[in-house]
This record gives sequence, structure tokens and C-alpha cells, in this order.
Amino acid sequence: MANKEILKMRNIVKTFPGVKALQGVDFTLREGEIHALMGENGAGKSTLIKVLTGVYEKNDGQIFLEDKEITIHSPEEAQKNGISTVYQEITLCPNLSVAENLFIARDGKKIKNWKKMNKESEKLLQSLSIPVKATEQLANCSIAVQQMVAIARAVDMDCKVLILDEPTSSLDDNEVERLFVLMNNLKARGVGIIFVTHFLDQVYRVCDRITVLRDGKLVGEYEIKDLPRVQLVSKMLGKEMDDMADIKSDEKVYTGENADSDVIAVEALQSTAGIKPFDFNIKKGEVNGFTGLLGSGRSECVRAIFGADKVVQGTVKKDGKEIKIKKPLDAMKNGIGYLPEDRKNDGIVGDLSVKDNIIIALQVMNGFFKPFSKAEAEKFAEEYIKLLNIKTASSETPIKSLSGGNQQKVILARWLLTHPQYLILDEPTRGIDVGTKVDIQKLVLQLASEGMSVTFISSEIDEMIRTCSRLIVMRDRQKVGEIKGEDITQNKIMSTIAGEN
Amino acid sequence: MKSKVLNNSKTFFKKLTSNQIIIPLLALLFLIVFNLIRDPGFFEIKVVTNTSGHTVWNGNLMSIIDFGSELAILTIGMTFVTAASGGQDISIGATAAIAGSIIARILTGADGRAPQGMEGSLILAFLVAVLACVLCGAFNGTLVAYFKIPPMVATLILFTAGRSIASWINENRNISIVDDKFMIIGGFIPGIPIPTPFFIAVLCMIITALVLKFTTLGLYTQAVGINENSSRLNGINPKFIKLLTFMILGLGAAVAGLIKVSRTGTCNYAGLCKDIEMDAILAVALGGNALGGGKFNLKASILGAYIIQFLTTTLLAMEVPSTALPAYKAVVVIILVVFSSPVVREKMNKLSAYIKVKTAKNVGKEGEN
Amino acid sequence: MSKKTSLQTENKEMKAKASEKTLEKKPNKAAELWNMFKTKATATDTSFLLTITIVVFFVMYLLAIIFIGKGFTNAQTLLDMIGSNAGLIIVAVGMSVVMINGGIDISVGGVVSLVAMACADYLDHKGGNIFGAILIALGIGLAYGLVQGYLVAYLNIQPFIISLAGMFFARGMTTIISSQSFNVEHAAFVALKDTRIVVPFLGHYSKNGKFIPGEVEIGALIALFVVILFFYILKWTSIGRSFYAIGGNQQSALMLGINVKRTRFTAHMLCSFLAGVGGFVYFMHYGSGSALNASGMEMDAIASSIIGGTMLTGGVGNIIGTLFGVLSLSTIKKIVNTVGLGDAWWTGITVAAMLCIFLIVQSVVVGRKKK
Repeated sequence: MANKEILKMRNIVKTFPGVKALQGVDFTLREGEIHALMGENGAGKSTLIKVLTGVYEKNDGQIFLEDKEITIHSPEEAQKNGISTVYQEITLCPNLSVAENLFIARDGKKIKNWKKMNKESEKLLQSLSIPVKATEQLANCSIAVQQMVAIARAVDMDCKVLILDEPTSSLDDNEVERLFVLMNNLKARGVGIIFVTHFLDQVYRVCDRITVLRDGKLVGEYEIKDLPRVQLVSKMLGKEMDDMADIKSDEKVYTGENADSDVIAVEALQSTAGIKPFDFNIKKGEVNGFTGLLGSGRSECVRAIFGADKVVQGTVKKDGKEIKIKKPLDAMKNGIGYLPEDRKNDGIVGDLSVKDNIIIALQVMNGFFKPFSKAEAEKFAEEYIKLLNIKTASSETPIKSLSGGNQQKVILARWLLTHPQYLILDEPTRGIDVGTKVDIQKLVLQLASEGMSVTFISSEIDEMIRTCSRLIVMRDRQKVGEIKGEDITQNKIMSTIAGEN
Repeated sequence: MKSKVLNNSKTFFKKLTSNQIIIPLLALLFLIVFNLIRDPGFFEIKVVTNTSGHTVWNGNLMSIIDFGSELAILTIGMTFVTAASGGQDISIGATAAIAGSIIARILTGADGRAPQGMEGSLILAFLVAVLACVLCGAFNGTLVAYFKIPPMVATLILFTAGRSIASWINENRNISIVDDKFMIIGGFIPGIPIPTPFFIAVLCMIITALVLKFTTLGLYTQAVGINENSSRLNGINPKFIKLLTFMILGLGAAVAGLIKVSRTGTCNYAGLCKDIEMDAILAVALGGNALGGGKFNLKASILGAYIIQFLTTTLLAMEVPSTALPAYKAVVVIILVVFSSPVVREKMNKLSAYIKVKTAKNVGKEGEN
Repeated sequence: MSKKTSLQTENKEMKAKASEKTLEKKPNKAAELWNMFKTKATATDTSFLLTITIVVFFVMYLLAIIFIGKGFTNAQTLLDMIGSNAGLIIVAVGMSVVMINGGIDISVGGVVSLVAMACADYLDHKGGNIFGAILIALGIGLAYGLVQGYLVAYLNIQPFIISLAGMFFARGMTTIISSQSFNVEHAAFVALKDTRIVVPFLGHYSKNGKFIPGEVEIGALIALFVVILFFYILKWTSIGRSFYAIGGNQQSALMLGINVKRTRFTAHMLCSFLAGVGGFVYFMHYGSGSALNASGMEMDAIASSIIGGTMLTGGVGNIIGTLFGVLSLSTIKKIVNTVGLGDAWWTGITVAAMLCIFLIVQSVVVGRKKK
């Protein structure tokens, strides 16, 4: 079935100062297909999409929409041409109502009839079964609903090309399911959908075709049935690799369960972030993890332990002695390190150099009146750049110019430098390339074998299964169970999360 | 051979242009050349005997390092505030006026009835002024750090109320203080022909340099300015750092107020340090520091402060009335921010790249010939 | 079914555990109450803040009646108040537009002063006519809007810096035109200045029981017209909603397909233009040219907007609130004057204190919302 090609991008070139983000990339989208755009971080997916939607201006190349060449200078123009985008981050205005978010800047009309618009919005929301009132202020809706509103807006604009840029990363399984129904619906209507995601499962569930990018270059376009999973990964990585099998051989079974005493033990801890009081403990050399759906309270738990959110009640014991953690510095002084979930907003200090980013935590622990000398700082930085194989031009390079994976390694280096007894890694593998993901998992196991206690949180259950010897399961912001040793299987985790016995 | 020299000079040039300090240096060069063309007598330094009988140097250059000093002192604090909070404090002029009023009030006696001599202790007066100014800074800092109000709006409060408070301290009177010893601070130390404020400014710079060397203030302010969340998760207390920068600026305002009162021997609450906030912001911008916060370069800021004073002195030498000065400086601000705006820079880069390509082509052609 | 009950029991167990560990339950209750308050208040920020504003105004007005006397009960006082603050109302409306859009403009006071001086100079020294003066006023406003709007919107420079420079430029230019203060004696202008329009239904009874119809300045009518016009624009036009959208989240607004640059340009353009209009209305009320004209007016305008429920962070605000903001401000100034704190510095301190209080209220509202 050779459907009509609705979008052709030919020889697209985009450069940023010092970076060639896209080097002559071709991309073709057909009518009524779901087309996955795959690649590691830094492969150029986002850039390609931003060129297509007019956020960036391309340096060279052509874009054809239904065989007509078009030039797009702004998202507004893209929208007029029938190219709509739903981004990973919510790109709606929180201070406006749902209806306004659905209809603003869509028709050229100068004067708005909000009554009529509210009615139309209700109809639209109902047809897509989105549980929200049209007059509700958007800021009061859940993230998932906000995402759906964004999709509803795109859907309602009679788009020919719908771009979904990591739409599923903040949705739970039910919502993802509903989104897939919606996507298939649109597909039947003849809309071409470009689907960008990090979840391989989802690609194989809904997509018809895959385009793979690597290092700003086109690797190839494939029918989904012609490209098994392993090959897709190897194409993305650019090397033959036996999935991630080699990590298993490194796996070391944790044995100290009964022998060692708790390094950190927490009782009835509760923070202002809205989690129920929870108990938690970790032993020397143990790797455990929090699992649960997004928004189940995994991150909030570890944030409470680290003192990142305000703790309202509960006790924390270290080696059996009670300690007070009121702010992150208290936790750091007690040998706790925390790699936050949101790398960009909570992790990196963008404009500072790699060196400063590495030393900052240790520097703070060292004290306000004892700054490291230049030579000391340089030594620390060089040591960890080498140790973790961080790819950076020099230790003076601003961290923001590094790729996501390397930024994450810098944050890891920051905490390793403080030689913590207990390290919390909250989604260390999110949004980074497959190679670095494997590196980080290996590192976690190695650290544990050296006696460090690690809490590892990941949205990808197989990563958790590979690394953790004990899992704390969260549901609806409270701890609902623990799974140990042999019991840690995909099925068991899923059923515990779902609440079945 | 030749190409090697060329390469060396190229890398040197590259280093220089990538350095922040190039912007104020270029501005300085421009002003010097402009004045050389306009009137070379501008740079003349005369040896004169002043009213208190000392032999001192006099001339435009001296007045630049004299009047530029309190600006430089304020610029140090302003640079920290800008870096940490991503905004500027526009109340410093008013705060300095409060400092001046307090000093005048205490020096002339509690009832302010002894306009001729010094009655109170200078040290006490200065300490009280410092306390008041640091409190003002703390007030601004609290609004910014703990109530998350944008700095310029938060400081707008004291910007309006500050001079009212200053006038209230001295019950609407402008007080004059005539005392030789007091006048040294804003005048000359007997036997030294260079104005004292310059030495005070240098002292402040040395103290700041020591603070930066022996504490982590520099790293912390930059980290807080760039990413507050992540600074907090690394154990820094961003709110306190912001508060601290505003308090440092308050301290600077107290020193500036002291110099100003001493120089003129009077305290005029309405005119003391008027519009100096504009100059200080301008100095920070001229130093190439991002007004949105983050990384800073203190040397460039201080150089910027003296260049702003250079500009003021140049304008005054051109017989621009002092009330009209703000209009001219406003034009400079606009030019400066326009050229440092990323949008314009990108366009200029494109242009220069285009020119380079063209010249390279031309060179290539010449080579063929 | 059984699943649910087991969950509930589990829940109860957890709760029981928790309550055992906390000695008192009070914080939880407080938190619950807080949550109730939260869900109610966030429903609409705009209306929440507007309510505060209106309540504040009525409290102020009541205080004024208590302290100043019955004069405040008669409609003429209110009309006079609008008349003498007409310029400020217009300027504050412009300020609200910019602030809702997420920007700020502190050049407005300077522009008003420059407009008054330019018009005064033109009428008295250059022998101009009123029509020309109006053109000058609007021209200055437009020119300011053009430059500042372009720099802010298209070159993406912080509005505060630009308008700070704009303020100094306007103040400097004012003294360049003339450093003298003088009253305009141009005949036609004086006639215009003294024109009052009778409002027959808003009068009051004099001491001997005679009905005196209310009178209002032309400026007040212009101000009210501007308020109504902009209330309409912000609520029902596409550009008006775009102001809110950009103030709420600029990046999102761009992604939604709003022309952010043009909209921000328009906002600054409108603000400066209104400063021009407000400048002329101010001039029509005071009839003088002076470098001291409208000193601190930018502060009054910002304070009025903020008291009127416009959020500094953008995206929330209401023009009706701004009107009430101006009236509240001028009421409190009058109270301060009459209770014997006549010294000039008290006004400055009072306005600053009001601004400070409202900024803190807003900050608390925002902080509450984020949690």
C-alpha cells in the first residue's frame, strides 16, 4: 500500500556555533502512517522537528508539503500549513482556561465569542473523552490532562502532519493506551504522525515505519517489520551490540541482607510534597530502588530523605543513631548524595564549567571559608573526567554545551567526589543515550560492590530488575510493598503496582 | 615565518576578543580618542593649592578617579547582586542618601543644631550609617529572596521611600558640616596629591579580592544566579546568598554616602548620589556582565565604573548641564544593551562571517594571480 | 470489592501508624484547611485578587469618611478624585497591559513629564495651538512605544533596563527643553482646562438643601473611556487574550502559534501611547510645564496596578482593578494628609508601604499556587 507522501524534507542542514546538528538529513512522511523518529540524544531528532515547525531556521535544504515547497519561519506558519506539534513539556498557558488554550491564536478573528468557544470546547473534549471542564483554569488540571488538551488542540486544527515529541513520558499506562487509540484514530483519518519517543515498546506497538538518525546524519528509513529491536538499537548506537546482555554478566548478587546493619533507616518520614509517611532502610553495599508509576511518589520519597522538600515528620537514623536532616546540606554532611530527576532544572549549573560543576558539592561541604585552590579543583575535575570517561573539550567548558549523557556523568562525578556512603540516583538514565545508560548501570553495581549503598530509580523496569536487589513499590503516593531477591520479576512488579495479590 | 607570527597574533587577538574586559577597554579607547580630538587639554593635570592649603593635583583625570570611586564601590556590590539575583538594585542612591543623612545628623549632634563643627564621633556615625544601609539591603534582599519579588520592583519601594526617610532624619534640612578632619575622607590627605576616595575605593577592591580568594562567595553567587534549584540541592542556601549580596551592596552604599557628604561638606538629601543607580547598572553592563545574572567579572565592572565617570566628566567638560546628563547616558545605555543583546550579536556574527568569506575569496584570488 | 477494602484497611493502618508517631494531629487538620482554601482560591487568580482590591478600596473609603468627614460621602468628591487622577488612571491602564504581558515600563512618569513640558513650551513659547499640542503628546507617546517596543520585543532586551534608560532620557530631555517651571497662559488651553461637564444624576445637596449637579473634567471622561475600552480589549479580543497568554508562559504562547514578538511590541506600544495620552490629560489638569511634573508617577502607576490585582509575574490582572487601585492609592494619600502627617515625605513612605504589602500578598498567592 503505497500511500501518498505528504511531507518530504530533503538534505536539511542546521548548524549551531561549534555544532553541526543536522548534516543533510532526509525525511519522508506518508499519509495515514505513524512514523517513529529514533536516535540517541544529540542525534538531531529535536533539531529536525524544530526546523520543521519553524522554531529554528534551517541553513540549507528543502521542505515539501504535498509536493509544494514551503519555507517555515515560525510555529504560527507551521500551524497554518497544517503542521501541529505536541511537545514533551506542556506548551500551554497555565493562566488561561482550557477553552482558551484550545482556541487561542487559531482563527484570524479579532474578537472572541467565549460562550460559543466554551461550547465547542466541551464538544471536542467529550468526543476525545478528556475529563475536564472547558472553563477550568489549566493550572488546576493534572499534567496528563494538560497533555491531552494539547493533543486535542492539535487534533482539532485539521492538521495533516502531527508531531508528537515524547508525549508519553509524563503519562501513565492508561493514558498512554488512550493516546494510542487516539493516534490510530487520526491515522485512519489520513493524518501523518511523527512519533518521537525513548520507549522502544511503544514504537513497536503503534508505528508503521522508523527513521533513524545518528550524530546529525540519516542512518536510514525502515519498515517496522524489517527492523527487529536489536537491530534498531545497534543502528541507533552505530555499532553491533548484543542488546544489553553484557551487563548481566557483571551482575553481582547482594548477599549482605541479613548480615549487615542499616546504613540509613527512615521511619514514618513525610514531606510537604504530598506523600504519605513511609518507612525505608538500606544496608551497606545494597542497591535498592523505588518503583511505581510516574507520580506515584518515588521521587518525593528520596527527596524527603535528602531534605530537598520540607520534612514535616518522621525520623532518620544513620548507623542506628538518629540524625536531623532539615536541608540538603545536612544530608550531604551525613554522607548522602542525591542525583535529581530533573537534570536541567535541578542538576546542572548550566553556565558554570564542568570543573565547577564537579567540585561544587564537595566545595559546599568543605565550607564557605575554605575554597579549593585552582590546582586542587583542576585535579579533582581531571580525575573524574578520566574516571567516568566524560567527553568534554576541557574542564573549563560550560556544562550546558555537553550532551545529556555527559552532563549526567558530570553530576555523578560531583557526588562520587564527595565519597558518599549512600547515593540516591533518581532517574539517572532518563533522556540519555543507550551507551551511557549501560555505563551508569554498571557503575552502580561496581560502587555497591565497593561498599556504597545505592538507591536507584528508573522508569524502565528492566533496568531496575538488572540492578536492584530489593524494590520498594509505590502507588498513589504511598508505599504499598517490597519485593526482594528472586521475586523481582516484571510480572510481580506490575501486579504489585496494580495492587493485585 | 610570517604566517607563524600572524597565527600567534591571531590567537592573541582571539583570546582578547573572547575576554569580557575587551568591551570596557574599547569604550575607554573610544573616549580617550574622542577627547584627544575634541580638546587635548582635557588630560592636563595642574598642580594647585586647595582651600585647606595643601598642594594637590587637579584636572579632569583627577576628578574621574575621585568621583568614579564611590561609583566603583557601589558597582562591586551591584555586580554581586546582579549575578546572584538576575536583577539590579535601583535604591542604592536613596540608601546612600539615608547614610549621608545619618552621618550628618550624628556628626552635628543629635539635635542637628551645630552646623559648624563636629560634635559626634565619626566612627560612631559611620557605624550607624553602615547598620542602617545594611538593614536597607536586608529589606531589599528579604523581598527578593524570601518573597520572590523581582529585584527592580522590590527596590523600587526604597527608591521612592528612601529619600523621604532621609529627609525625615534631618527634618527636611540640608545640613552642612565644616571640619577639616572630616573633609579628608572626600578630599585629600595632607601631603598626598591624589584624592582620598580613590584610596578608599582601592581598599574596598582589595577587601573584595581577599573575600573572593578566601571564601567561596564567587562560586556561590554565580551558581545561585545560574540555577537556584540545583544550587539548593548542592547544599547552598540560595536565599541567604541573595540576601547577603544585597547586604554587601548596602555596605557599599554607606561608604559612598560617607564620601559624598565629606566631599561637599553638606548633606543634601534630595541630591546626594542622585541617579547613581543608573551609573552603577551601566557600569555592570559595560563590564560585559549579563544583566540577567550568572557569571560575572568584577574587574571589568570596576573598569566600567571609571569609564562611566570618564563619560560624565567628558560631558560636563562639553558644558552639558548636569540635569541633562541622564538623557545622554540613557542613549549610551541603549546603545550598550542593544549591542550586547544576543539577537544583535548573532546578526553581527553572521555579518562578520560573511565579510570573512568574502575577504578569504579575495585573498584566494590574489594568490592565484 | 475485596481489593478496595484491603486497600482501605491498609490505608487506615498507615494512618494509625502515622498518628501514633505524631504526638498531635493538629498540623494535619491545618493542612486540610489550607488545602480547602487552596482549591477555592486558585479557581481564578484574577477574580481572587480583584476581590481583595475592591474590598481594600471600600475599607479605605470608609476610613476616609471616618477621618476626613462627610465630604467623602458625596459623589462630587469621587468625581474630583477621578478628575485629578485622570492622567494616572490612563497611565496605570497602560502599565497594567504591559505587566499582564509579563513586562514592565518605568519610563511612563518621565514620558508624562516630557509631554507636559513639550506641550507647555509649544503653547506658551512657540505660539502653538491645542490641536498641535495634542499631536505632540501622541507623537511622543508613539515614538517612545516604537523604540521601546522594538528593543524589548524584537531585540529581546529586558524591559526594565530599556524603560529605566527611557525614564532618564525623558527626564533629561524635559530639563533640556526648559529648566524653569511655568504655568501655561495660552487662552484656549486655559478655557479647555477649566471646562467641566455636568453630570445631572450624580449631584449632592448643599447645606441649604439645594441640589447641585456633579461636574467632571474632560480628562476624567477620557480616563473612564480608556478604562472601558481596555477592559473590553483585554477580555474579548484576540490580542487581549494573547497578552495574558504571553504573560502566563511566553514559550508556550510561541508554541501555540501566537506572534509573541508582535504582541509584546503591541503591549509596549499601547503603554507608551497611553503614557502620551495620560501626559496630555495630566497637563490638562495641572496646566504647567515643570521638570518636577509627575515625579514618582511610574511608582504610582506600578503600585496602582499591583494594588489593582495585576501580578508582577504576568498573566493575571484586570483593568477595573487598576481603576480601583488608583482610587485606593489616592484615598490613602488623602487620609495620610488629613490626619496631620502633612510632611511631604509621608506620602512617599505610604505609597511605598502599600506597594510593599501588596507585593508580599501576591508573592504569598504565587507561592501557595506552586505547592
